Amino acid sequence: MDHDGTDELVAQVREATARRTPLRIVGGDTKWFFGRAVAGAPLSTRGHRGILRHDPAELVLTARAGTPLAEIEARLAGCNQRLPFEPPHFGADATIGGTVASGLAGPARAWAGPLRDFVLGARVLSGDGRVLRFGGEVMKNVAGYDVARLMAGSLGILGVLLDVSLKVLPVPPGERTLSLDVDEATALGRLAEIARGALPLSAGSWIDGRVYLRFEGSDATLDDVQARVGGEVVADSRGFWAGLREQTHPFFTGTSPLWRCIVPPLAPPLSLDGAPLVEWNGLQRWYRCAPGVSAFEAAAAVGGHATLFRHGTDAPEVFAPLAAPLLRLHRALKLEFDPAGILNPGRMYADL
Amino acid sequence: MTPDPALLSDLRAALGPDAVLVSPEACAPFECDALNTQRHRPDVVALPRSPEQVMAVLRACSRHATPVVARGAGTGLSGGALPVAGGVLLVLARLNRVLEVDPARRLARVEPGVTNLEISAAAAPHGLYYAPDPSSQVACTIGGNVAENSGGVHCLKHGLTVHNLLELRVATIDGEWLTLGSAAGEAPGLSLLALLTGSEGMLGVVVEATVRLKPLPERVELLMAAFGDVRSCADAVGRIIASGIVPAGLEMMDAPAIRAAEAFVRCGYPTDAAALLLCELDGLEQDVLHDLQAVESLLRECGATTLRVATDATERLRMWSGRKSAFPAVGRLAPDYFCMDGTIPRRHLADVLERIDEMSRAAGLPVANVFHAGDGNLHPLILFDAGQPGEVERAEHLGAEILELCVAVGGTVTGEHGVGVEKLGPMCTQFGADELEAFHGVKRAFDPDGLLNPGKAVPTLARCADYGAMRVHGGKLPFAHLPRF
Repeated sequence: MDHDGTDELVAQVREATARRTPLRIVGGDTKWFFGRAVAGAPLSTRGHRGILRHDPAELVLTARAGTPLAEIEARLAGCNQRLPFEPPHFGADATIGGTVASGLAGPARAWAGPLRDFVLGARVLSGDGRVLRFGGEVMKNVAGYDVARLMAGSLGILGVLLDVSLKVLPVPPGERTLSLDVDEATALGRLAEIARGALPLSAGSWIDGRVYLRFEGSDATLDDVQARVGGEVVADSRGFWAGLREQTHPFFTGTSPLWRCIVPPLAPPLSLDGAPLVEWNGLQRWYRCAPGVSAFEAAAAVGGHATLFRHGTDAPEVFAPLAAPLLRLHRALKLEFDPAGILNPGRMYADL
Repeated sequence: MTPDPALLSDLRAALGPDAVLVSPEACAPFECDALNTQRHRPDVVALPRSPEQVMAVLRACSRHATPVVARGAGTGLSGGALPVAGGVLLVLARLNRVLEVDPARRLARVEPGVTNLEISAAAAPHGLYYAPDPSSQVACTIGGNVAENSGGVHCLKHGLTVHNLLELRVATIDGEWLTLGSAAGEAPGLSLLALLTGSEGMLGVVVEATVRLKPLPERVELLMAAFGDVRSCADAVGRIIASGIVPAGLEMMDAPAIRAAEAFVRCGYPTDAAALLLCELDGLEQDVLHDLQAVESLLRECGATTLRVATDATERLRMWSGRKSAFPAVGRLAPDYFCMDGTIPRRHLADVLERIDEMSRAAGLPVANVFHAGDGNLHPLILFDAGQPGEVERAEHLGAEILELCVAVGGTVTGEHGVGVEKLGPMCTQFGADELEAFHGVKRAFDPDGLLNPGKAVPTLARCADYGAMRVHGGKLPFAHLPRF
């Protein structure tokens, strides 16, 4: 099954550049809804797959972009390691390339850091068919601009990811989720307060009037934490957080537009209708809004930004608008990496 | 070179006459950074006091097509702040205010000239600190830390500068303000915050940084282990990490470095050891004590000849003092030294150290090794005497060979000191023409006229052609016997 599909991908991209035909980069097509719709011929990375290196003592894994995320997570689990940013799959076929390109992280984000913090290196196929290697497989590397980290969350607009090297970390001995009954305002304060301390809080959310706190560590540590924090133990801790990560929790069902608002710590409740589902100790808040309602302004009003995450691909823009100088820089970078503008055109913003 | 009078007049109008230096005496202190083998006295030094004045300097330079080099405290080790001929040196040291420490949101907002240690000092009353701790943290500024993506002894667990930044306010050479990242740590669009970090002042000038603060750990333990041979020590590093423990710091020294440090600061290192490992653990009390036991038994299994746990904070500082003063300690052994900064995958530690030893013997120049073993970040110190004819060239040649070895085993020519002017040649070993052209493309997107810190960080293809002619002898690649991947 493992196969180096670099040559095929290079040939397809070069041909598309020559003919100026737009391409829609596809891994497992599990995150098709994220970003704006792309009109283009599919460029599949599925044939370019395989874990290239993983030595547990190095804390680094390198894999081809089309490698299934599930295969990577299984390999790591076998060595008691994991991807610290707890990426969502959104389907069985999710690939590591799509994971990095979407830049999405799961419940552990506020504790572990964003996906880009774990990108050490990348081999990238630029829009004009050059195969470029940035970063590497070492923890510290300041040779050249950090283009590998720039690829995290770039939605394929600068290049096709070929291989990625990610920092991985050991899995702590145990996890325990505690749940307490509180209203939203109290929950936001409590989450921020616990996140400030030195407790091993690896996820914090608030939903349906309850706050959920996941701690990780040894049994002795978890007993100690439970004595300090109180609350009820959630029986199926893994299942609960998987429901949030994969958006199988009932909050996420239905077809009304799903907005993701990222806000600074201790931001007040947003002026949007309906109760949010709060994650990342209050930094990430999900809202179900009526069609036509925009959350951009409400998130910006508290110093954050909003994304129309699902059920809005026909909207003119799904990501918060960029300031004019920033948008100009985005265009200039796009022109350098993809001069013909054939890679995922419009996936991030209308004219990128 | 005499500065353009129109430029000087613009700068004086914006900053006031006393904040624009032109006399050779006043400009002399700015002629180099900590890479003092390279010097160029600046023609003009601008000392703005506010972000608006920084912007005024950039706009004036843009208007008069004059190169401009940003400088913090000048502690950089690779010549990144070396002035360029005919340019303005933009010194950010006067933007030195801690604007905000917000313990509730665990962040600090600071100007670029604030020193690394001042941030932790301002946060300390709240039980918080700023994690990255480069060895120059008393003097180096956060602006410089962002430009170099500085590390330190604790970055395996606590991250580099890029992992501890939330938001940057940046002035571009086009005269525009950019806000990158956010207090929430994420922002729409491309990850330009990460791209700017470590870009060596080539893409923009940071006028304000919002950094993450961490809670001070509940418990800290430091363990010292001595070994009779380098390989056992290097293997112990891999064993600790593979066991699932991520130490806060994991530092290694070889025999010449151990003896130099002990002679210099009397820190209690066993001078008969071939290699020494310092392992610091931090976190919750129970976790640290649990990990300490595990590390102790691992180190015994790996053949540690001496094993000591610091009994209190005083002894911990004493044990660290040898490591932290290792550079000056080694510096006493010879009139001059070069400090290299390659990073390698940890599994090659023992092999690479052995190869460096062979190269050192062949070159007839001693090398002492002090390094961040947990990150695989080597700092070989090449000892030489610039007063002896030909020794500088031999030392430079040995340095280049060591960096090529790092690249050959899958590593990099610089882990944390930056490319600056020092490693422009070795960059040609690590990257091909397409990657270098892509880097120049990134530069063009931010600075089409190439006015910000020109000639640094990314070599031109012409320079690499010259370097290749120098480095490749007899058509043979260096270290052809080593696997390349």
